[in-house]
Amino acid sequence: MTTPELDASGAEPAVFAEPWQAEAFALVIHLQRTGAFTWSEWTQALATEIAAAGEAADGARYYEHWLAALESLVTHRGLAAREALVARKEAWAEAYERTPHGQPVTLS
Amino acid sequence: MPPPDDHRHDRGHSHDHDHDHGQAPPSDMALRVKALESLLAEKGLVDPAALDAIIDTYEHKVGPRNGARVVARAWTDPAFRQRLLADATAAIIELGCDGGLEGRFLVALENTPEVHNLVVCTLCSCYPWAVLGLPPVWYKSPPYRSRAVIDPRGVLAEFGLRIPDEVEVRVWDSTAEVRYMVVPERPAGTEGWTEEALAALVTRDSMIGVGRGLAPEAAA
Repeated sequence: MTTPELDASGAEPAVFAEPWQAEAFALVIHLQRTGAFTWSEWTQALATEIAAAGEAADGARYYEHWLAALESLVTHRGLAAREALVARKEAWAEAYERTPHGQPVTLS
Repeated sequence: MPPPDDHRHDRGHSHDHDHDHGQAPPSDMALRVKALESLLAEKGLVDPAALDAIIDTYEHKVGPRNGARVVARAWTDPAFRQRLLADATAAIIELGCDGGLEGRFLVALENTPEVHNLVVCTLCSCYPWAVLGLPPVWYKSPPYRSRAVIDPRGVLAEFGLRIPDEVEVRVWDSTAEVRYMVVPERPAGTEGWTEEALAALVTRDSMIGVGRGLAPEAAA
């Protein structure tokens, strides 16, 4: 019998619940391989993010913390500006809203 | 039919067909990832093809089978076992499962009749990706991360693993610099087995330390 919060024996969900999680994961691997930041810097950024945010008991928000840590590291290292990321996010949202189904979504 | 009076359509492209059927944007998280990826790609910091390759590798190619090969080799080749315990990073490269930089700073811990090793990362869920692929969801959960340290025997019992009192349980908390894998004990009754057959007995959980190698009959 397992405790409800640590379901050690139950069926396991997929490692990535949604495609963006896989993409965020790959971005971190790629950026450290190319030397944009080191593993130490990354794990410290992730640990800081996890410590600062309240965690869901089942770890369900793990990749949300992962993404926030990546944004934080990218802006701190000057790889992209926070405002530029926000503006680009808005641009993507608008691109989806104006693109008919069946057509690739691209930034104008 | 003219488009509705919507500022989103006021972006200078032609309005010669019906725009009522735009797509709902994906989640905020998905948009943030797209923003990161597209901005960094424009700066030449990210190659989208490399991202696809990484996802494909981790979803389909790396997995606990890499680690299982390492363990099976250690069970059958005493000299390799020595090298693995002395320098696991070099040993896995020798077997061709260099996971890139993710495989660095790997330390292999050998279970014995006297010592049972358990791996956790209380800080950020570091995981030996190069040999084990992606971590299971429970490995990243706060209950596992906190309780593995304060009550390892209790956690192991929940995984169905009863460790006798006379066996020492060592908990290894990964750091930014070091990540660990466990070399489980070779199951009894596997004398003379090939490395390939042995690898089938090595589970992911046994290499985290929350399980054992499978019994020989389980491989049938």
